[in-house]
Amino acid sequence: MIVVPFLICFPFAVAAVLMFAKGVKAQGRLAYIGAAFIAAAVVALGYGRIIGGFEPIRLYYDTKIADHVIFAAEIVIMLIVTYLCFKYEKKWVCLLSVIPTAVIGITEFTFTGPEINHIYIDRLSMLMCLIIGIIGGLIIVYAVGYMSGYHMHHKEVKNRSNYFIALLFLFMGAMFGFVLSSNLIWLFFFWECTSVCSFLLIGYTRTQEAVENSFRALWMNLLGGLVLSLGIAYFAFHANTLSLDDFIKAGAEGNPYAILPIAAMAFAALTKSAQLPFSTWLLGAMVAPTPSSALLHSATMVKAGVYVLFRLAPAMSGTTTGDMIALIGGFTFLVTSIMAIAQSDGKRVLALSTVSNLGLMVACAGIGTPETIWAGVFLMIFHAVSKSLLFLDVGATENTLHSRDIEDMHGMLYFLPRLTVFMFIGIAGMFLAPFGMLISKWAALRAAVDGNNIALLLFIVFGSATTSFYWSKWMGKLISHPHAEHSHIKDITRLSETVPMWIQAVLMVVLCVAFPFLSRVFVDPLLREMFGTGGQVLSQGLLYMLVVVICFVFAVPPITYYFSSKIHSNIKLAYMGGINTGDNTSFVDSFGDEKRLWLSNYYFAGRVGIRKIMVPCQLFATAVIIIMFCIILGVTL
Amino acid sequence: MRNSIISVIAYILLAPIAGGLLEGIDRKISARMQRRVGPPLLQPFYDVAKLFKKQVISVTNAQTFLLLSYLVFMVLTGSMFFAGSDILLCMFVLSTAAMFLYFASTVTSSPYSTIGASRELIQMIAYEPAVLMACVGFYLVDGSFEIHEIASSPVSSIFNLPGVFAAFVFIITIKMRKSPFDISTSHHAHQEIVKGITSEMGARNLALFTVTEWYENVFLMGVIGLFVVNKNPYSYISALFVVVIVYFLEILIDNTSARMKQREMLKLSWAVTLVLAGSNIWILMLIK
Amino acid sequence: MFEIKRSPWVLHYDGSSCNGCDIEVLACLTPVYDAERFGIINTGDPMQADILLITGGINSQNAPVVKQLYDQMPRPKVVCAVGVCACTGGIFKDCYNILGGADTVIPVDIYVPGCAARPQAIIDGIVKAVDLFEKRLEEHKQWVAEHENREKTDKSAAAKQPQKAQQPAGETAKAQSQNSAQRRSKNAKGRKTAKRRKK
Repeated sequence: MIVVPFLICFPFAVAAVLMFAKGVKAQGRLAYIGAAFIAAAVVALGYGRIIGGFEPIRLYYDTKIADHVIFAAEIVIMLIVTYLCFKYEKKWVCLLSVIPTAVIGITEFTFTGPEINHIYIDRLSMLMCLIIGIIGGLIIVYAVGYMSGYHMHHKEVKNRSNYFIALLFLFMGAMFGFVLSSNLIWLFFFWECTSVCSFLLIGYTRTQEAVENSFRALWMNLLGGLVLSLGIAYFAFHANTLSLDDFIKAGAEGNPYAILPIAAMAFAALTKSAQLPFSTWLLGAMVAPTPSSALLHSATMVKAGVYVLFRLAPAMSGTTTGDMIALIGGFTFLVTSIMAIAQSDGKRVLALSTVSNLGLMVACAGIGTPETIWAGVFLMIFHAVSKSLLFLDVGATENTLHSRDIEDMHGMLYFLPRLTVFMFIGIAGMFLAPFGMLISKWAALRAAVDGNNIALLLFIVFGSATTSFYWSKWMGKLISHPHAEHSHIKDITRLSETVPMWIQAVLMVVLCVAFPFLSRVFVDPLLREMFGTGGQVLSQGLLYMLVVVICFVFAVPPITYYFSSKIHSNIKLAYMGGINTGDNTSFVDSFGDEKRLWLSNYYFAGRVGIRKIMVPCQLFATAVIIIMFCIILGVTL
Repeated sequence: MRNSIISVIAYILLAPIAGGLLEGIDRKISARMQRRVGPPLLQPFYDVAKLFKKQVISVTNAQTFLLLSYLVFMVLTGSMFFAGSDILLCMFVLSTAAMFLYFASTVTSSPYSTIGASRELIQMIAYEPAVLMACVGFYLVDGSFEIHEIASSPVSSIFNLPGVFAAFVFIITIKMRKSPFDISTSHHAHQEIVKGITSEMGARNLALFTVTEWYENVFLMGVIGLFVVNKNPYSYISALFVVVIVYFLEILIDNTSARMKQREMLKLSWAVTLVLAGSNIWILMLIK
Repeated sequence: MFEIKRSPWVLHYDGSSCNGCDIEVLACLTPVYDAERFGIINTGDPMQADILLITGGINSQNAPVVKQLYDQMPRPKVVCAVGVCACTGGIFKDCYNILGGADTVIPVDIYVPGCAARPQAIIDGIVKAVDLFEKRLEEHKQWVAEHENREKTDKSAAAKQPQKAQQPAGETAKAQSQNSAQRRSKNAKGRKTAKRRKK
């Protein structure tokens, strides 16, 4: 199993080399090779696991040296954070790094329990690895081309693209470490590592706004880390073990000493997956160049929180923690999707919809029955693919149009057809009937009914309506006829940016068609592994029927297109009260002059904008969290 | 299996006739309510026949294909419904169909059509929660999303779902674009945004739209009937009776109310869904 | 049974009128006259209309508008001028901005006189137009056969030229409009046969 240390250490090595590599070409080549190696290693690992029948693997019982290295690295991270906190006059934030490091250090050195395995691979971690390796690899390939385009029209930002790509690699290594480790100390280290990577990437441009936002992301994530470290210390002190397995087992058995640590870990997961009240850091993170948004803030890092919650699901199901987490998740799903209606900035819509979908996953994990985890896992897979595709596409569009405003994408199908088709596939993947997200939403709905959870039911029912609203108005923008001059727009997307998008788009379509198969061979066993029982939400017959509907949806538009193209239609001017000037883009105004038409969507920014409703929602979610901890503390102490 | 094939074929063939007749009756009754003679009963068929005979025109070629897709998906929705398959799946295909209507209207980039399409989207988020709540209600009461199982339950679902039924009747007014919710387009004369979502649909395209609406109305009336039917064959007669009453109620509402603002519509429909359907389902969950 | 004359949909355009005729047109739809019993619908959209009902005279500002609306209507179509202003320019005929009746810009088939035209006269005019509408369908079928349903898109019909309301008397504009009207009426010979005057 040499591939496991390879996955964790190789990205770190590539990052180190990249930092010192000279020349843009060499850096690009290095990044391509690194990404290819990582993706290949992940696929090899997956292949090995399929051959080996997916028996869970436990590795590395004796790791004295590695433990020391990790502790040293942790102190280095702490020092870096502290230095930057002092440099940018945010001194209090460093406390959030110093205290957890101290807590973990004390725990580690006073710990006398048995040595346990440090690495654990089952289907869930394998799935995460595949997402990180393949999607992450594609995003890095994209990033190489993107960054040179980015620096071409952002002259004011100092070109440090090798540093940027190195950080992406560093992050991938940390992420692999996170999903593979089963030792709580290691878990914590990689957790902090991803937080700091995110912080550094958000602050990449070093503008005032970027610095502010990066520190917001930092303190929120470190707060989660702090609570996590306290939980780990508490658990280690009482249970005398540092194994994640034992941790979950203790929770599932209902041991009183496990309730508090599990709540602490769930809290940390909320910060990481940007649930309310911590959603603001993810919105701020959109100032970073797009590849980092795609990789960290939608496809992988925010999923780390969800991953933890999935792991905890057997322990949380039916407890106060589980109920409260489900409540916060459902609430976040609804209100962030409402906020997304008011946004016209493409990346902010993506960010809010990411938070919103994460909310749905968190809610699924909070209920913690096999059915909801089934739904949650599918949500995670589909979301990772379609959202990273969307981010990459919006990034490429921004480089071409110099704007990522959805209003500027009016009629994009007619001047950037390729990018539009990708965007269409991505958006369709997020919500339209045949694609995966909808199936998952369906399962979540059903699980909410089965669980007699009226609040969650209402959140899903209303949230899915608002979700489809902001997506469909975006799609409508793309296919409308252009209303502005567009002959000067040229698609400057490079090959290295297009190829990852192609692969993801194809992956998306394949996933849609193959999901009953995926459900049978992968997700159902995953649930058996986790819960001991199978948990198929939708009968296999229904799944096949869904596939039929999917094929139908793919087939109908081309067929109708074929038929309608045979009928000759006389083209008339659009109706504008008879004052259309002849090209459907302008009309004669009351002064007799020609006036251009400008079509815009509804946003209701004054009513449902972030400024209007974010604070009350945050207060509500904070109240829920405080009540949760009060109840749990009351029970425990 | 055979039964479901027969009912699908019957739906595909008879729904346009039934839908057209419903509209004819609607126009006749509306006229009588306004003390007019009104058009002949078959007027909707005359209209569609005329539209098919006229010169084929459009603002953009893409519109025809999107409208055709709208038609096909609507027929698929109804077919799945009358074949007795999963009701949630039906509703999801229905929302796909609605999406194609939105695309067909917004693709023209004409001002009236675009604003009509935006309003249509608002209407969609106004009615979608209640539609999903109805599905959930059936599931709670009859233990299944399968329509043929819902239809063969021992007691009519409406006795356990009065609130959900009321909310569904309420949002059907939106779905059928009846006043006070004829916001995206109106059946009566023209409105402040001309013909709204159908502004750029002329001749054949408008005919496609009208026929699709007929299919949709029959499907919606089918859902209303589903609330009533049970395993007793006589329940189908009472279902028909309820459908007639509901349709008459829609006509009455149409003729006695003035158009609402879209924001008011959204608030009102969500409130109705939340209060009527939400409390109904909550009570069901508590006593289960 | 499914003759197209059973479903005449009307587009009502108000030119430079005193609004007397417009009130009467709307009166046709009221319960007293109930034009809907003939299947008549007052639609606001030229794409969906069969009969163009024009009230009021044509001035230099609305001439291109009327042309455009007429052009947007799918064949077969009928034009009905309601009221004496729409027929000839009426009392405003000698105003500096008036070009004349509706037939100065588009071919008019039915003339309904009156100041203001009475609802009975208007409905009568529409019924006449409906008969003509049925005949037009034959012409349309023939046209489809001849032209393979391909209409030359007439860009000049679009209101490309900015209006010049301040232009006195509008001699040139009038001439241009008449030219285009003549050009159009070549296609439709004998359209004015259904001309009807009512006392």
